[in-house]
Order: sequence, then structure tokens, then C-alpha cells
Amino acid sequence: MGDSSMKRIKEKKEELKRKSKEECLKKKYETLSGIPVEILYTPDDLEGFDYSKDLSSPGEYPYTRGIRDNMYRGKLWTMRQFSGMGTPKQTNQRYHFLLERGQTGLSVAFDLPTLMGYDSDHPRSQGEVGKCGVAVDSLEDMETIFDGISLDKISTSMTINAPASILLAMYVAVGEKQGVPSEKLTGTLQNDILKEYIAQKEWVFPPEPSIRLITDIMAFCADFVPKWNTISISGYHIREAGSTAVQELAFTLADGFAYVEAGIRAGLDVDTFAPRLSFFFNSHLDFFEEIAKYRAARRIWARHIRERYKAKKKESWLLRFHTQTAGCTLTAQQPENNIVRTAFEALAAVLGGTQSLHTNSMDETLALPSEKAVQIALRAQQIIAYESGVPNTIDPLAGSYYIEWLTNKMEEEAEKYFKEIEKRGGVLKCIEVGYFQREIANAAYKYQREIEKKERIVVGLNDFIVPGEKIEIPLVKIDEKVEKEQVENLKKVRQKRDNDKVKKRLEELKRAAKGTDNTMPKILDCVRCYATEGEIIDVLREVFGEYQEPPMF
Amino acid sequence: MVKKRVFMERKIRVLLAKPGLDGHDRGIKVIASALRDAGFEVIYTGLRQTPEMIVEAAIQEDVDAIGMSILSGAHMTLFPAVLNLLKEKNADHILLFGGGIIPKEDVEKLEKMGVGMLFTPGAATTEAIEYLNNEIPKRRKEEKIF
Repeated sequence: MGDSSMKRIKEKKEELKRKSKEECLKKKYETLSGIPVEILYTPDDLEGFDYSKDLSSPGEYPYTRGIRDNMYRGKLWTMRQFSGMGTPKQTNQRYHFLLERGQTGLSVAFDLPTLMGYDSDHPRSQGEVGKCGVAVDSLEDMETIFDGISLDKISTSMTINAPASILLAMYVAVGEKQGVPSEKLTGTLQNDILKEYIAQKEWVFPPEPSIRLITDIMAFCADFVPKWNTISISGYHIREAGSTAVQELAFTLADGFAYVEAGIRAGLDVDTFAPRLSFFFNSHLDFFEEIAKYRAARRIWARHIRERYKAKKKESWLLRFHTQTAGCTLTAQQPENNIVRTAFEALAAVLGGTQSLHTNSMDETLALPSEKAVQIALRAQQIIAYESGVPNTIDPLAGSYYIEWLTNKMEEEAEKYFKEIEKRGGVLKCIEVGYFQREIANAAYKYQREIEKKERIVVGLNDFIVPGEKIEIPLVKIDEKVEKEQVENLKKVRQKRDNDKVKKRLEELKRAAKGTDNTMPKILDCVRCYATEGEIIDVLREVFGEYQEPPMF
Repeated sequence: MVKKRVFMERKIRVLLAKPGLDGHDRGIKVIASALRDAGFEVIYTGLRQTPEMIVEAAIQEDVDAIGMSILSGAHMTLFPAVLNLLKEKNADHILLFGGGIIPKEDVEKLEKMGVGMLFTPGAATTEAIEYLNNEIPKRRKEEKIF
């Protein structure tokens, strides 16, 4: 492009900007995360843009355009609804329902006692059993959850963090019972304790032993479960806790770098474990900002892993990710509108090149999803996949001045945060002093004030309200009997098993935890003889201690 | 009632608490900031408080109200537990209110038991501020009569 035509483009844009100050509906235009947005983007916003350096072909470094050279023509994203409720039996029924409806992967939602490492009969579990996920106490529960589902035919993601080793061990043991060797198992453990301290807050142990448990898993999987994603480094919860898109991107990747550094410190070669790290992002409502976020994430990860951590394998450079549409964008008012919100968010994830996707159900601000609601949510994915034409071509928005500018901007802003985190002493130090927590809480409060001042419109909530509306969708309620049933089952398991063997295995685990042996094989021995999750956690808690967060707001 | 409240004009003191195992603290932190900015004295307990810890802290801090946030579905266990402890300890002058994912029929049941206003998804922080500004002076007055 000649200098004079570039000059004309610039002049025209300046003119539009001037006019827009007087004639536009709103005083300021910005992305959901507060990045100012111009009325028009033109070639001069991409000065120095270099296709081969900044984008390159899909499947090539730095992977901005996607991780595979045939993207969705070769393989669609995995349709994976996060699901779990009540007893293991109820959850098994829901899984069969979802698979019959065309879901292509499983994702287990555990209840709070399981996430926190308490058995269902622990006093702290009272009132929580089976409420926001499925209750798992022993291997028997996992056998029931996967009854009639062959573990060599499906991949399973498990949202579990502090007790991740135990649930992975149970999954491996279910495989053994089904005759599926661990080498054939595919799936993902969330196992991202850093974002628990930062946002989701389901921790048990202090950071140091938690990281040790994670590196134990990485080493064990490299040898025995080579197709397993050992960590799903998660921005989802950071965003749900109220962060901006930039904070989600930056804090998540910073966590990722911290795990890489921990692996290297534990004596592992980066190329042995980095290919098994995966990511998990949120898809919020600012359509283009989300797409830019995913593209920037791939590019940042590739650059850092290759240049900073000197990984040599291509597989180490790839950022593969799962996406969940944003629960925090759903409204309890006019819940049917959530179908529309979720569809846009899902489309952004697909345009951003996700490997796997969960679409929220319209009723999730009110209860766990009903069959009807989850079916519609899954259908949204299938409509994008089979009707919209969007997956036909790779990264179709590349080259858009706005998208490329915004992708660059996200990267720039994330890099600023990396420097700030470094300056403050690194990720663990930032957690300790509450830096991330405070940044997120401030962003959440700002967002809420904007809604209350009507600077931000949420349809059906602060505008377009239907006075006196009645909720007309069916809502799932978890029966209080679930807790009783689960506690009785647990009692039976404790009676049936060889309790001397359980005691011996738990002792062996304690020795490993106190020393430096890998804890994973010992935990596997424990679950094989039906030691419960709570019993195993108790042993580890005794050795490792417990984490306490200083309360702040 | 042994405790005399001489400072009628004192600021409204609220203890905000996360009971049970639930770690979702976005809502309670937003409410904490909003109440603070509206001139309340706010004490936030942090996560994973048992009903006993909450009631103990409320009495020691001499608060006017306890606000509990529960998004995990354990509300029918935890609200009654705190309510009963307040009665047991002769501290039921303290208002117990809250918020979270609580179905309508449960809201009605809990309010019948004596729990104050429960704020569900979409509620504005101004609603909670207004509620406390109306409710607490009323309660302080009643208490003085006794």
C-alpha cells in the first residue's frame, strides 16, 4: 500500500472518530473487559504486522490460527457437558442420556464433599452430599458412574483438584476392572491447584505439597497413562469469580508457566510433561474479545514454551483447550434468554479454535440442569457443527483488522501482567499476599456497579424486564434422601472390604508422603482395596497440613 | 436481654459469612464492598465457617446482622443451624439474612422459620442496603423497649 493511500485511510478514520464523539448513542465504547474500542479498524492499526511471524499457517508455530492443519475438517471439537448429580447411579443415568443424545465426551462434576476430600458421612458434608455434583467416596461409586461405558471408547474429564490423584487412581482402577489398560485411557484431570487458591477456593493442602502431588501425577502419567492430560490449567473459574478477559488470559498462562517451572525443578524434562498440559477457558459475551483471547493464548504459550523454557517438541508448544460458556452471564430472569447467550458464547469458542466445549443449560442459575435444558444446550453445539457452516474453514476471522488488532492487544496486556507478577515475586507470592484475589474482586465489584448504574445493560435483568414474571421451566431438585442413601452405601463398603489391608495400604501411603517416593502408585493401591477418599485425604492432611486463606475483600 | 445498646446512632455492623464447603465468594465480596461503601461496618469471616464459628463471631463482634452466602444447595441445613444456635445462645436479636442459589419454595420455608430477606441471582446490592437500613433501626428500637 502506498504512503498516500495509507494517509487517506488515516484521515478518513480520524474524521469518523471526531464525528462519532458527537453523534453516537453512547459516550464510550469498550470491550467487556474495558479495552477502548474505536469506531473503525483499518490497515494502519496493524503496522508491522507480519503474517508468517504473527499468524503463520494453522498447525504451525506460533499456532495463532489453530493447532492442527485441518482443524474441524479433521476432527470436530469434543462435545462435553459437565455433569454430575445426586448418587453415582443417577449420574450414570444422566451420562447414558447425554451419550444417546450425541455427546462425544464425558465430564464429571463432583459434589463439594468430594472436591474438598470429605467422605459423605463426615459432619462437614452435612447438607452438601450430591447437591452440586455427584458424591464419590470409594472405588465402588466410580464403578457405578461408568457402568456400561467402556473407558477405551470415550475420553473423560474430571473437575477435581486437591484430591486429583485419588480420583485418577479410581479411574485407572475402573479401567483395570473393565480390562482397559491404563495406557489406553484418555481424558483430563483439572488438577490445577493454583487457580483454586486464586479463584475457585477448593483447596486442602498448602501450595508446596499440592505442587508435589501434581508433579507426582505428571511423572506417573508419563510412564503409565501417556494419553492423559495431567493438568487443565483453568481460566474459567478466574473469569467466573469476576476477572476481565485480560486477567483470565494472563493469570491462567502465568499459572501454566508456574507448573512448567515446577516440573523442571522436580527434575523432569520439559518435553516429557508439557505436551500433556491442557487449558480451560471461559467464553463470555463479548464475541470478538473472546475470539482474540483464544488466538492470543495460543501464540503466547507457544512463544514462551519454546523460547523461554526451551522445549524442543512441537507438541510442547501447542495450547490445547476446553471451553465452557460463562455461567456468570446467565440470568435467573427470563431464563430462556440464556439459550441465546450460550449459543453466541459457544460460537465464539468455535471461531477461537477450541478442542472441546461445554454449553451451559438455561436453568443453571436456578438449579442443576434438567434433561430438557441440557439437551437444548447440547443441540446448540450440534447446530454450530452441522448447520452453521462455521467449521468449514480454519480461523475464518484471521486478517480482520479488528480481530488482529485485538489479538495483539490481548497479548500486550497479558505480557504487562506477567511482568507485574514477576516483579511481585511470582505466582505463589502473589497468591500469598492476595494480589490475584484482590484484582479479581475489584473487577467483579466494578462490573456489578456498572449493572446497577445501568451503564451495562443485561437484557431481562436491568432492562426489558417483565414485571411479575413467573419461571416457566422445570427445575431439578436433589432429594434430601440422596445423602442418607450415600451414607448407607459407604457404611456397607466399609463392612465388606478387607480392613486390615486398607490400614496397611494407608500406612504405606503415609511413608511415601513423608519421604520422596511418588505417591501415585500408593494411592492406586489404596483405592484398589476400597479405601475411601476421606481416609486417603486424612493421611495426606496429617503429613502435609491444611491451607488457610486470609479473609479479605 | 442483658446487653444494653446505648449507642443508638452507631453504624450498622454486619458479619458476612460463607458457611459449609462452598468456595464461591464473588457474591459475598461484592456485597461486602457495597455495604462498606454504604457506610456499614463489615466483618468478613472468610470461607468454610461452621455454624458454631459464625454465631460465636457474631456475638463477640456484637453485630446487628449476619449475612450468609450459600450457592451449593446446602441452605436448608445451614440457615436453620445458625438460626437455632442464635436462639440457644440468647442472641436471636441478631438478624440472619442471606443470599445464593435458593429456590423460591425454600426461600418461603426459611423466611417462615425466621430467616430475614434472602437475595437470589440478579438482586442489586442496593436492595440489601435498603433492607438493612430499614430493618436494623426497627430491631434496635424493639430491643430497647424490652
